[in-house]
Amino acid sequence: MNPNTLPSYLDQSEAVKARFDRINQRETILEVRDLGKRFRSPQGEVEALRGIDFSVRRREFVCVIGPSGCGKSTLIRILAGLESHTAGDVLLDGKPVSGPGQDRGMVFQGYSLFPWLTVKKNVMFGPQMNSRSHDEAARDAQIWLELVGLEKFADAYPHQLSGGMRQRVAIARALVNQPRILLMDEPFGALDAQTRSKMQSHLIDIWKNIDITVLFITHDLDEAIYLADRILVLKAHPGEVQEVIEVPVPRPRSPGQFNTPEFLATKAQLEQLIHPAPPAEPEDEQAVKPHLIRFTNVNDNVE
Amino acid sequence: MIAKWIGADAGSDARRRTLLGVGSFLLPLLVWCLVSYVPFIWHPKVQVTDPGGVDYFQVGMLVDSAQFEDEAAYTREENLAPPAGKPANPIYLPAPHEVAKAFYTGFAKPPAQKDAPWLHESLWHSIQIIFWGFLISSVIGVPLGILAGTYTTFARLSEPFIEYFRYLPAPAFGALAVAILGIYDGPKIAIIVIGTLFQQVLIIANTTRKLEATIIEAARTLGTKNLKLLTKVVVPGILPDLYRDQRILLGWAWTYLIVAELIGTSSGITFYITQQARYQHFDNVYAAIMIIGIIGFGTDLILGRLSRSLFPWDRTQDRR
Repeated sequence: MNPNTLPSYLDQSEAVKARFDRINQRETILEVRDLGKRFRSPQGEVEALRGIDFSVRRREFVCVIGPSGCGKSTLIRILAGLESHTAGDVLLDGKPVSGPGQDRGMVFQGYSLFPWLTVKKNVMFGPQMNSRSHDEAARDAQIWLELVGLEKFADAYPHQLSGGMRQRVAIARALVNQPRILLMDEPFGALDAQTRSKMQSHLIDIWKNIDITVLFITHDLDEAIYLADRILVLKAHPGEVQEVIEVPVPRPRSPGQFNTPEFLATKAQLEQLIHPAPPAEPEDEQAVKPHLIRFTNVNDNVE
Repeated sequence: MIAKWIGADAGSDARRRTLLGVGSFLLPLLVWCLVSYVPFIWHPKVQVTDPGGVDYFQVGMLVDSAQFEDEAAYTREENLAPPAGKPANPIYLPAPHEVAKAFYTGFAKPPAQKDAPWLHESLWHSIQIIFWGFLISSVIGVPLGILAGTYTTFARLSEPFIEYFRYLPAPAFGALAVAILGIYDGPKIAIIVIGTLFQQVLIIANTTRKLEATIIEAARTLGTKNLKLLTKVVVPGILPDLYRDQRILLGWAWTYLIVAELIGTSSGITFYITQQARYQHFDNVYAAIMIIGIIGFGTDLILGRLSRSLFPWDRTQDRR
């Protein structure tokens, strides 16, 4: 499709507009105000994040996207309470966040399941840490395992599962605590393309059926557009919010929408914002200069 | 044919693996047999079977071959009866069958010297020393190591001193240990503790540090705090590696045993060995040395088997 004929990504259909109106009437779950993060490194003081300002409404799906080094992982780790911030506020339901807590569930890229626990015990871990009885925890775990479709694997160990299945366990483990918001740090980054798209659809299904707000970090533009209501675009050095895009692609979403004009227009805008600049070659790579010699007959061409 | 035995997959076949494992024991045994039973290999001595005209030769006496030749030549010159003898190895290298016999008699027959301990009595005493030494060391060392591996402040406060202390040779504390703990088992156990403990703290701290940080982070986001983070996440997370470390450290404890048992009144297997060597019963000496190896290796083998059922989730075991 010729990019010139694309509609503007700012154009929203009536249905989409109405949906955003509805979202904006809901209460705010997460509010980030003028958030900044500086830290000392051997190279001097680094400003990882500066003036990050946004809020997430209840049951909204927000994606955070940006070039590498834009501090998106730092951002989500601050929200989870795993790192401290040096300026601004993070408010969850209006209360400032300090340290990790069960009100924010987190799903990591590397699954980080507990290898010594079976799938079911992994899911039971959260409730048990929060002083629920063993029976209650087991009952909850059973429900959430069924929800992610892994009830048959309840007694398997994580290392016996595929990547996609492990990430399902991680999602169930985070959700069983009934957090207000689910923080996901490039959760599908390590999966192959097919599993990845299956997991995306599965995540949307989960999100539709339970009262959960999602903040999802990714570097995959298609994934961000496919999943999100709004996309927070960060830029690097220092990490700042460049734009907040309201995704004009109507819901319900399906993989068939990847080639709709709204989708392509949004993607074009994201590409323009992010300019995936070629990563700087490390010095030792630059020193490598292949000198090709022809070892085959001059007439024996492959191309 | 040869490629089948050395390629990357030569070790994957379980039967072949067992075969190679048995072979690794049979090869040294074969060398020992060759040296002992084939008369023209080594055999630097001659065992006299008939002294002939040499006045100081006695039946069963071991003499150097060169000396025997000299004496034989001398008897020929003097027209005396020539001595007879057969090639033999020095007394410190008994043949396999002699050691095997010593193995049996060590357990089945009372020792040749009165009041000397039986082999199994000596052994049992040594095993008790190792057990207590290793237990005391572990009771202190494992918690310290886990704390040092988990909390940076604690590590910085303790590790430099431990690094220093571990270079002090444990046997050097022998006299001190006797002065404090008396002459019996106390100082021996102390030497094993000193030899094991400091390495143990450092090794276990390192193992603890290798636990993936995201596992701890995941636990924290699930609401795990303080002590529970240690008992429910760190400890189970490192348990298979901790177990492996303990197996290696137990071997370490055995190497300190011999020195430890020489301190104060010597006892246990070391006393047995030195005593038997003094009477030149080298077959007994070899039997005793070998049984230390058998016990050490056997324990490790059993512990290794046990870890498979103890830690079914531990995948590093599959690679062995």
